[in-house]
Amino acid sequence: MELFGAIITLIGSLFLFLGALGIFRMPDVYNRMQAGTKATTLGTILFLFGISIGHLECGCFGKIVVLILFVIFTNPVSSNALARASHFAGIKLTDKTMKDDLEKDNIENKGEEK
Amino acid sequence: MRKLKHSILLFLTLMFFWILFTSLDIQEVTTGIIASFIIILMTIPLQPVLSDIKLNPKSILFTIIYFFVFLKELIKSNIDVAIRVITPKLPINPGIVKVKTKLKSPLGRVVLANSITLTPGTLTVEMEGEYFYIHWIDVTSKNIEGATTSIVSNFEKYLEVIFG
Repeated sequence: MELFGAIITLIGSLFLFLGALGIFRMPDVYNRMQAGTKATTLGTILFLFGISIGHLECGCFGKIVVLILFVIFTNPVSSNALARASHFAGIKLTDKTMKDDLEKDNIENKGEEK
Repeated sequence: MRKLKHSILLFLTLMFFWILFTSLDIQEVTTGIIASFIIILMTIPLQPVLSDIKLNPKSILFTIIYFFVFLKELIKSNIDVAIRVITPKLPINPGIVKVKTKLKSPLGRVVLANSITLTPGTLTVEMEGEYFYIHWIDVTSKNIEGATTSIVSNFEKYLEVIFG
């Protein structure tokens, strides 16, 4: 059981590493956020889960389930807040970007106000 | 009535977390019950958000199915992003698209937005009424209908039953 937990923890840390690599490699803020949100969510979940089943004797399974739920609930909220703030702060998207509906609609809204 | 339903659901949620945190010892459970009541009294003046959850056998079944669908998508999304990151050419095709949701309840929309953020290559940037603006790492369809089908519909059919 301890070995099984250790393997899951290792997979989790691999995902965390890939998330960090993604933050380094992606071209703009939004794509970095994608890597930073997704890879780290599963990474953290697997990491905590691996610890909880590797050390069943500590009786911390319930606490770790709570931690996992908190990560699932708060991670998307914070990344949404960051992405929204950076878009309104006017951070440009990368040149590879196909389209930007939000930018277009905001310009339209401002036009109506004037 | 809505407030009562909200209070009962909030109480059950709080007690669930409390028992996970502690144990089934009688003293600890009593403390949890008292603390939960104080928290419920404090939240009575606020909006009863939890009352949007429908309580019937079908919606409870769908909640369980939704959990597994969500888990599957979460794992898929992680592997997808991880593969994109380690591919030397960095195969991304990003853009912000606008999608429309059918969900009416605020809590349902929040859950939908969070689910979208945690699924393959999508990140909710802004919500405005029934429209979500989503940063998509690999844009495959540029109009609202196409994007809605490929991003939202998968979750919406479950959340519609759970939250209405």
